[in-house]
Amino acid sequence: MSQPFYVSPEQLMKDRADFARKGVARGRAVVVVAHAEGISFVGENPSRALHKVSEIYDRIAFAAVGKYNEFENLRVAGVRYADLRGYSYDRADVTARGLANAYAQTLGAVFTEQSKPYEVELVVAEVGATPADDQLYRLTYDGSVVEEHGVVAMGAGAEQIGLHLREHWSADLDGVAALRLAVAALGAAPLPDGATREVAPESLEVASLVRGRPRRSFRRHDVDEVRQVLPTG
Amino acid sequence: MSGDHGSGARLPAAFLASDTSSFVEFLGRHAPDSLTPLTRSGGGPLDAPHATTIVALVCGDGVVMAGDRRATAGNVIASRDIVKVHPADAHSAIGIAGAAGIGLEMIRLFQVELEHFEKLEGTTLSLEGKATRLAAMVRGNLGMAMQGLAAVPLFAGWDLATRRGRIFSFDATGGRYTESDHHSIGSGSYFARGSMKKRWRPGIGTVDAAAVAVEALFDAADDDSATGGPDVVRRIWPVVAVIDADGYRELADADVEALVTDLLARRRDDGPTGAVPMVGGSPA
Repeated sequence: MSQPFYVSPEQLMKDRADFARKGVARGRAVVVVAHAEGISFVGENPSRALHKVSEIYDRIAFAAVGKYNEFENLRVAGVRYADLRGYSYDRADVTARGLANAYAQTLGAVFTEQSKPYEVELVVAEVGATPADDQLYRLTYDGSVVEEHGVVAMGAGAEQIGLHLREHWSADLDGVAALRLAVAALGAAPLPDGATREVAPESLEVASLVRGRPRRSFRRHDVDEVRQVLPTG
Repeated sequence: MSGDHGSGARLPAAFLASDTSSFVEFLGRHAPDSLTPLTRSGGGPLDAPHATTIVALVCGDGVVMAGDRRATAGNVIASRDIVKVHPADAHSAIGIAGAAGIGLEMIRLFQVELEHFEKLEGTTLSLEGKATRLAAMVRGNLGMAMQGLAAVPLFAGWDLATRRGRIFSFDATGGRYTESDHHSIGSGSYFARGSMKKRWRPGIGTVDAAAVAVEALFDAADDDSATGGPDVVRRIWPVVAVIDADGYRELADADVEALVTDLLARRRDDGPTGAVPMVGGSPA
């Protein structure tokens, strides 16, 4: 019979965190940009069927990178959470803060209790009546929540993409400028050989929460729409 | 309602399961109390507010649904401005007749059901699929219906697959029926159906269809005390919804008022018979 090794809690948590971080860093990047007209989500995603950005409720959307089956589970749970809350109370009582909290508890519990942490990183975004009311929560594999302002980048190359975003972002961008910024930022992540690259509209998933809509404010933008907006060449 | 839907706790396992895209099924598992019909024991008839007449008719560009604004409890008018026609989703409408509280709750649950499916699956249900879901919800209320608190919906929508407007009616046992031209439910429905039978014609324009709907409700109110006619004193008009390729929209109050004013003038001038002008002159 083999004796189980003693592993210190510090080492155990560190190993799990390293494992999850590696999984997340392999996922293609997703960028979230708040702007004057709403909040835009741009992800590198060649699939038209498997979404990384989705509608949760009237003013709330969800973006994720990492393992698809894991964040898809969380997305479904989020829609159920929101619809149940809205049905039990009122549509106005569904908030991004509440959902981010529920996700944080869930991710935290999975991280400590289960044999394998979720290899995901999420953003829960809520568009407000004014840009000052916008809320962006970033959640990591261990259940940590960070409230972000303006921009978030997740997935492969998130660091460089985030640098590019913060350097060029300002609160008064319109929707078109925000989309251009997001695409330029995704291209800023260096390839293994250090070169930057062009990101083709066909490989993008683009969606936004539109400010000032009466009810459901989430919409997707198809390739033609994106192509028209992006500078050619 | 049982089950945890507060904030601050982790999401229960049922939320993370991926076995159903139906909100009603999820609710049945996670918070069954919220779906279990109330049971009444003993007692006489309950004077709960009842909603009355809904009409729907297919027109050339889609389908029109309209409802009066009255709810009655026994001989008392419980509400003068109840809204009984609602959007079910972007391309369909639902109206209810019968116990108002149960009917309005059914509408709310049905709206969530359709939106929930759309969000989880990334696509909308077919119009037939929506009608089938609604039929199951009506059947769920059978116990209450047998105790005198039946609520029956009328469902109409734009069929994105066949590109035409369609109407579905239901009975309290969950029966689902396709209506080809026009249909009405509620206490004034016999009179409304008679009216539409004379006024409706195939391929009717949207505005004409709205006028026919308003007139059918007027005729229903003429003979059924539980159906409200147009309230010219308080300026409360029927709710008239149009569903076509562009989706669901309700006619503005001013537009419905114009239809009502037209109708009242015609009835005043031609007498209260509502006679259809005969082709080739009036009968001798």
